[in-house]
Amino acid sequence: MRRVMLLAALAATLPTIAMAASSSAVPVEGMPQLAFSHPEQGRLLVGQIVWQLLIFAALVYLMTHVALPRVGAVIEERHRRIAADLEAAQAAKAEADAAMSAHHAATEAARSEARTAVASAVQAAQADSDAKSAALNARLAAQVAEAEARIDAARATAMGAIRGVAADTAEALVARLVGRADRAKVDVAVGRALEASGRA
Amino acid sequence: MAVEGKTIDALSQFELSPVLGIFGDAVSFSQSNLFMVVAVALTFYLMKATADRGELVPGRLQALGESAYEFVAGMVRDQVGDDGRKYFPFVFSVFMFVLFGNMLGMLPYAFTFTSHIMVTLTLALVVFVVVTGVALSIHGMHFFSYFFPEGAPKWLAPIIIPVEVISYFSRVVSLSVRLFANMVAGHVMLKVFATFVVLLGGLGAVGPFVAAMPLAVNIALVGFEFLVAFLQAYVFAILTSIYLHDAVHLH
Repeated sequence: MRRVMLLAALAATLPTIAMAASSSAVPVEGMPQLAFSHPEQGRLLVGQIVWQLLIFAALVYLMTHVALPRVGAVIEERHRRIAADLEAAQAAKAEADAAMSAHHAATEAARSEARTAVASAVQAAQADSDAKSAALNARLAAQVAEAEARIDAARATAMGAIRGVAADTAEALVARLVGRADRAKVDVAVGRALEASGRA
Repeated sequence: MAVEGKTIDALSQFELSPVLGIFGDAVSFSQSNLFMVVAVALTFYLMKATADRGELVPGRLQALGESAYEFVAGMVRDQVGDDGRKYFPFVFSVFMFVLFGNMLGMLPYAFTFTSHIMVTLTLALVVFVVVTGVALSIHGMHFFSYFFPEGAPKWLAPIIIPVEVISYFSRVVSLSVRLFANMVAGHVMLKVFATFVVLLGGLGAVGPFVAAMPLAVNIALVGFEFLVAFLQAYVFAILTSIYLHDAVHLH
C-alpha cells in the first residue's frame, strides 16, 4: 500500500516537471543538448554535470557499502544452504547405498547357503535312490536270470518231450497209412527233421 | 507546442528547466538531475528491498533485484575474471544508472537524462578515469606497455603507439556517443510520429483513419525503444567490464 502511494505521488509530480519544461524566455536554437551559449540552458547543462557527478557518487557509495554487500550475503547464504542440503542429501544417499549393499550381501549369503543346503539334500537323496535302485536292479537281474534258467530248463524238457511226441505221432501216422511202423527208423527220421528245422 | 508553424519540433523535449523553484534555479538543479535522483532512489529501493526480504525462496521483487545482481555479477565475472569482484559495485552502478535513465525516459512526461551528450560523456569519462586509475594502480608504469603490444617490430612503434593511444581515448567518445545517439534518435522518432498522429488526425473525416498509421508505427517504436533502453545499458556495462579486463590484465 505504501509502495503504491509512493508510486502514485511520483506519477503525479511528473506532469508538473514536464509543465516546467519549455518555459525559457529565449528560444533554444538547434539541439538543447549542445546549447551552451543559451543563457539558461548553458547554465543548466553545466549544473547538470555537477549534480550528475554528486548523484552518481551517491549511487556508487550506496551500492558499494550498503545495498550490494547485503544482497550478496542473501545470495551467498542461499548458495551455502543449497550446498549444505546437497551435502546432507549426498551423505544420506551414501548411507542408504551402504545399507542397500549390506542388505544385498546378506540376501546373497542366505541365498547361497540355501543353495548349498538344497544341493546337499539333493545329492543325499540321489545317492540314496541310486543305492536303492542298484539293489533293486540286482534283485531283478537275479530274478530274471533265475527265470531265464527256469525257462531254459522248461524249454529243454519241452524240447525233449517234443521228440517223443513227434516220434509217437509219426509212428502212429505211419502205422495208419501203411499198416506197420518201424520205431527205430521213425526215430531217426524225426531226429533228422528236427535237426533240419533247428529244434534238436 | 509540438508544432510551431509548419515545422515539427522534436527537440524541445530535451530542453532543461530548473525544478524545486528558487532553490533549484539557484543551484541549476534541472529536471534531468531530478530523474537521476529518481533513478538512484529506485535502484537503491530495489536492492534494499531485495536485501531486506532476504528470503530463501525469493518473491517477485526480491527475484528482480537478485537477477539484476547476478546478471551484472556474471557479466563482470565472465569479462574480468575473479579479480573483477571488487569492481562489481561500480559496474553495477553504471548499469543501473543507465538502465533506469533509459527506462524512466519511456514513461510519459518523464525526462531521459541519457539523451544528453554531456551526461553520457560525463559517465564515459568517469568510466575512463576509473579504468585508467585501476590500470595504473595495478601495473604502475608498466601500464604504458599497453600502447605497444609485445613482440611487435620496433620500427613500427611510431605508427602503433599513436594508433593505440587514439583508440584508447576514443573509448570515451564511442561509449558516450553510442548511448546518446540511440536515446536521442529513439525519442525524436517517437515525437515525430506522435506529431504526425496529431497533424493527420485533424484532417477532417478521413483524419483518424490516416492517423492510425503513424500511431501503429509509434506502438512498434515504443516496444523497440524498450529493447534499445535495455540493450544500451547492457552495452555500456559490458564495455565497462571489457575495459576493466584490459586494465587488470593488460591485453
